[in-house]
Amino acid sequence: MLKRIIALVAGVAVVAASSAAIAASISGAGATFPDRIYGKWAETYKAQTGLALNYQAIGSGGGIKQIEAGTVDFGASDKPLKPDVLATNGLVQFPTVVGGVVPVVNLPGISPGAMRLSGQVLADIYRGVDVYWDAPVIKAFNPGLKLPHIKITVVHRSDGSGTSFLFTSYLSMKAPHWAADVGANDAVNWPVGVGGKGNDGVAAMVKQTIGSIGYVEYAFAMQNHLTYAVMQNRAGAWVSPNAETFAAAAAGAKWSAAPGFYLLLLDQAGAKAWPITGATFIMMHTKQSNAQTGHDVLSFFDWAYKNGDAQAAALDFVPLPENVKALVRKSWSKIAGPDGKPVYK
Amino acid sequence: MSTIQDTAGRRTTPRGAYFEPVFEGLCFAAATALLASLGGVLISLMIGGWPAFAQFGLGFFTTSTWDPVRQIYGAAGPIVGTLVTAAVALLIALPVAGAVAFFLVELCPPILRRPIGTAVELLAGIPSIVYGMWGLFVFAPFFAQTVEMPLMAAAAPGSFWEALVQGIPNGSGILAASIILAIMILPFMAATLRELLMTVPPQVRESAYGLGATMQEVVMKVTLPYVRRGAIGAVMLGLGRALGETMAVTFIIGNSHDFPTSLFASGSTIASTIANEFTEATSPMHTASLIALGLILFLITFAVLAMARLLLRNQTRG
Repeated sequence: MLKRIIALVAGVAVVAASSAAIAASISGAGATFPDRIYGKWAETYKAQTGLALNYQAIGSGGGIKQIEAGTVDFGASDKPLKPDVLATNGLVQFPTVVGGVVPVVNLPGISPGAMRLSGQVLADIYRGVDVYWDAPVIKAFNPGLKLPHIKITVVHRSDGSGTSFLFTSYLSMKAPHWAADVGANDAVNWPVGVGGKGNDGVAAMVKQTIGSIGYVEYAFAMQNHLTYAVMQNRAGAWVSPNAETFAAAAAGAKWSAAPGFYLLLLDQAGAKAWPITGATFIMMHTKQSNAQTGHDVLSFFDWAYKNGDAQAAALDFVPLPENVKALVRKSWSKIAGPDGKPVYK
Repeated sequence: MSTIQDTAGRRTTPRGAYFEPVFEGLCFAAATALLASLGGVLISLMIGGWPAFAQFGLGFFTTSTWDPVRQIYGAAGPIVGTLVTAAVALLIALPVAGAVAFFLVELCPPILRRPIGTAVELLAGIPSIVYGMWGLFVFAPFFAQTVEMPLMAAAAPGSFWEALVQGIPNGSGILAASIILAIMILPFMAATLRELLMTVPPQVRESAYGLGATMQEVVMKVTLPYVRRGAIGAVMLGLGRALGETMAVTFIIGNSHDFPTSLFASGSTIASTIANEFTEATSPMHTASLIALGLILFLITFAVLAMARLLLRNQTRG
């Protein structure tokens, strides 16, 4: 009996050791928002090159912690790190894809795209200033809509999330009182409302509560057929959330003037720009202890920039404009191996 | 190591005796490793949560502002939410579990006993995330339509009753979370109570019936007192699970850090707060406050267990 157990243990150990030796892979962890597209890219990339990517969607905060601790080859976050934080931790960051946050409502008789909202009105609703749907400010934007006298139920994310970070950052930009009383973060002290866990939690609560308003990632609004609202952008135009308006926000941004690619795509000036747009980011150490690993990670993202746009668009993500990709590739020269030479050219 | 003498007077060691110390050692190591890891968890929670306790002092327990932007943390909301949901869940689940167990042991036709018993055990095996999804997508809309809205409509304006059922009737909140919790702890308690009731000797019951007692009297005065000690254990088992349950509650409690003021109000529990925020907590004080919450939950669970022990001891004396 004992012999048999020993044999079994030895067998398992041999198998485990050999499989570890065969599978060359790079590892990353972080944001849940780009998880689906990184997964899709990784699948195709592995089929073409044999190199596997192991991405763990543990959340942006977790991704930042993991890359700072050096347990993964790259971290991923929806919330970019400020240039000085990057410098202290010896990190560089670059954007991969762009997405948008969409306000969604549940009001009887109101169809998707019919409701018009502005940043200030959203801030007032989320502070509990506007209590009923027929408040004068909402009516003023929507003269053609029959707004009922029912209470507004505010729905927000209960978990810390990059989506909340973008949304609260936008409200802080548009409403000084929001910036002063609540502020911007991936989790804030919400003045009113109920919290749903994840995009699906918010989507479910909005769907189930008449008179509710929430915010979700664009893909969730589309897949769940939620009644999205039209927003007024900085140019004063009314824009619908779609790939075109997200791309307009990304194209108008001055990436070349943003050190460390620290740039929020919120409230961009373009006439077609969707106001609550954001990129998601990858973080890597400038000093790679293993030049080959650094090379593998960057070749993966280089491949994704070249070949991944169609897949991104199919999953409702917006690819970066070509000029931004060129800027990112240039920035990779800062990532060096132990010998001080760039790991990827 | 024991030695024996064979008939010829030679001393031999029985086969397997060499393994005796190894076996003992393994058992000892397993038991002490458990103790050591428990101690390790406690110590690391204390160290991790210390910055929050040092910064906020007693206010951490008594205030309910939870503001990750301004780095102000008070845990009163989650603490009260944890205690209230667990208590309400117990209040709902205990009578039902008792009734299920009693039915299975005393009244159930033998042909139904196995299917119902198996169903109870299967219910215990459902992962909590499934309860959460079911709660959010199926139970919440039903609960809002059939319970919350009628109750809110029926409450007299200005009455205590109205205050109790205030809130947003969307099927999530303290009471909804408590009901989901009750469903989750029900199978554990029912299964344990059933095992307990089966230990009651038939003679005891039958002599009570022989004396002319009604079924209700037999239950209340004979069988329940007989299994009292074990029943407390079953209750504590359920309470322990309700206190620490995370996923199902997170989906349906509404996740507001405010002090819960009514049954339909949004609230949060310690476990749901940690699950919601830990992955995205980047600032040291936020992380410390969440770890401090973990320590508080640890202590609450410990207090529940200690209370159970105390009750059991009093029972034995009495």
